[in-house]
Amino acid sequence: MGKIGLIIQREIMAKLRSKTFIIMTFLAPVLVAGFFGVVIWMSMTDKADQDILVIDETQFFKDKLSGNDYITFSFTSKDLEKSLDGFYASDKTCLLYIPHNLLEGAGGAVKIFYKKAPGFAVQTDIRNQVEKILYEHKLRANNIDPQIIHNAKQSVKLITEKVNEKGEHAEQSTGFISIFGFLSGAVMFMFILLYGMMVFRSVMEEKTNRIVEIIVSSVKPFQLMLGKIIGIAILGIGQFITMGVLTAVLSTVLSSALLGDVKKDLAKFQQQQDLVYKNGTNVDLEKFDKMQDKLEVFEMIKQAGNINYLEIAICFLLFFLGGYLFYSSILAAIGSAVDAEADAQQFMMPIMMPLIVGYIISARMMTNPEGSMAFWGSIIPFTSPIVMMARLPFGVPTHQIVISITLLFASFIGTTWLAGKIYRTGILMYGKKVSWRELSKWLFYK
Amino acid sequence: MEPILDIRHVTKRYSNHTAVNDVSITVPKQSIYGLLGPNGAGKTSLIRIINQITAPDSGEILFNGEKLNPKHVESIGYLPEERGLYKKMPVGEQAMYLARLKGLSKADAKARLKYWFEKFEMQTWWSKKIDELSKGMQQKVQFIVTVLHEPKLLILDEPFSGFDPINAQLIRNEILELRKKGSTIIFSTHNMGSVEELCDHIALINKSQKILDGSVKEIRRSHKNNIYRITFKGNMMGFTNAIWDGAKLLESGKIEDEKDMYWALIKIVDGVKTSRLLQELLPLIEIVSFNEVIPSMNDIFISHVNHQNNVAGTQSNFTE
Repeated sequence: MGKIGLIIQREIMAKLRSKTFIIMTFLAPVLVAGFFGVVIWMSMTDKADQDILVIDETQFFKDKLSGNDYITFSFTSKDLEKSLDGFYASDKTCLLYIPHNLLEGAGGAVKIFYKKAPGFAVQTDIRNQVEKILYEHKLRANNIDPQIIHNAKQSVKLITEKVNEKGEHAEQSTGFISIFGFLSGAVMFMFILLYGMMVFRSVMEEKTNRIVEIIVSSVKPFQLMLGKIIGIAILGIGQFITMGVLTAVLSTVLSSALLGDVKKDLAKFQQQQDLVYKNGTNVDLEKFDKMQDKLEVFEMIKQAGNINYLEIAICFLLFFLGGYLFYSSILAAIGSAVDAEADAQQFMMPIMMPLIVGYIISARMMTNPEGSMAFWGSIIPFTSPIVMMARLPFGVPTHQIVISITLLFASFIGTTWLAGKIYRTGILMYGKKVSWRELSKWLFYK
Repeated sequence: MEPILDIRHVTKRYSNHTAVNDVSITVPKQSIYGLLGPNGAGKTSLIRIINQITAPDSGEILFNGEKLNPKHVESIGYLPEERGLYKKMPVGEQAMYLARLKGLSKADAKARLKYWFEKFEMQTWWSKKIDELSKGMQQKVQFIVTVLHEPKLLILDEPFSGFDPINAQLIRNEILELRKKGSTIIFSTHNMGSVEELCDHIALINKSQKILDGSVKEIRRSHKNNIYRITFKGNMMGFTNAIWDGAKLLESGKIEDEKDMYWALIKIVDGVKTSRLLQELLPLIEIVSFNEVIPSMNDIFISHVNHQNNVAGTQSNFTE
């Protein structure tokens, strides 16, 4: 163990000495948290103030278009030509032109002229309002009271509940869960590849530096390979934990800063839902209408709260370790067999394939989380680290997790043993174009 | 005295060729042992087996009388032909790492490195990265890490290739010094000049087989074939007339810048004495020098390799 210890230590020190490694460790969480922060912030502040001048040739929409906290409507009796003349100099941001034939159903187009581009939310709001006004107008024209229509409409919420083997069931909406699962599968994919390639490069570096023969005259090639793999594993887990903690802290800070109001709204929203549960639809939902806009955010926050993060974190570490060990030993063997990264292409493809397949399965799982593809993908070692991560948030029976992890670690022992045989021949082989056939021969050298 | 290394009938096969074929070599203690052979003869394969980087398919190796085992790596220093260091790692740290892999304790490694760094006047390099050093400086570092753990057996594969003349001289001196202190040195090379200068013993390997071994003096003596070189004043006609059937003129020529001075190579038939030759010559010419030609290692090397290759005939020439 003494010599392996030295190798592990050197491997870690070599990486820690690299500035890019250190910078990435601290920068990545800032970038991730920053990215989500910006997305949330943008979705909340998309609404720049719009001061809209309406040219209503139908004379019908006046006082019916209602503004809100960031949209103000004002009306003019001037015609389009004249309004456009003075528009640029005025302090209005948009001109809304409603042509006289709109009520007759012809054309049906309303135009916005703008100085400052109206956001998607503004456009949607205006279109919805115009549509609603026209709709109610036409109902009235046919002697139908819009209120009747409104009351006749009943929105139905679809609640999905998962039943487990004990017959217990709990609400489980899958929108956020599938996104979360897919993301953690993607992160797993990235991490296995990232650290696997680190092993690959480190092996190749020693070979092209020509220091490897000196080292293997002191330690067994297998010890060198193992020391490398373990060293980078320790580094990887350390980096992952650092990044994880940093990201968690940063996101908590950011979300409490940005989502404070939303949390309050969420409480109100839940009250409303309880009312709906109790009293059926006999509830005046009008006053909650505004909140309906944020329904998706509420759902996400609720679902996010239902996920067992501890279980996922532990599984992530275990599957990362297993998947990394599995793939990095293969990559170490390939790194030993080639002289330059370019020569490695032909070997990389067959190794990337199962990882990519795992990634695709976990993407498909967003629509079909319980399919047999998902099941087998999460059991078979080649894809299991990625697919299992994507499956976990949906709830996976413990025995399946145990089987999957056991299989993964057992195959890691197998691949490492094979890799060791290729490695010890490969590191000393220069200037030879290596084929799969050649590699398989190396397995039998003494 | 017990040999430090006793290689017995070692064979190593790869899938499409045999790299080492039934080779037996005995390396005496405190000798400088030359492992000679053309490229691809199997020298490096044999050296890797001694270093336990690969294992032989059959045969055995005794180190100091014990069967070669992993603990012996600490008694062996190895400078491979393909050598290098970590480019981005500081010199001192790197040397410490390699020394500790050879089993030195942290304190020992540090003390010995200090000694060598002072000896080669390179104390200021300690925290420099390897790629900040010149090629010659890197070579010094390389040599130090090879001998730092004071190996009983030092194996140098083509040690002078890639070293500049100053470093080569430095290393030559260190090799002799180490031998004086009790180390045994095996060096593999096809640089025949250095063989004659340094080696006590050699083994010649060609096409994965040992074709010749023994002490350098013995080998050269046994390869003498009664050839003498004569320089003389007089005329060539007279000289050729003096040659009778007890001797044979192989080659001759005029010595430039000297009036009437010639040289000749004469082979005497077995059983004929040199005094007979001189008796024949003396009346006709004035002899300036007369000496026996002892073949150089280079000649022996070439003739043996060519001989074996001719015998092997159609066998294809393998290159690693």
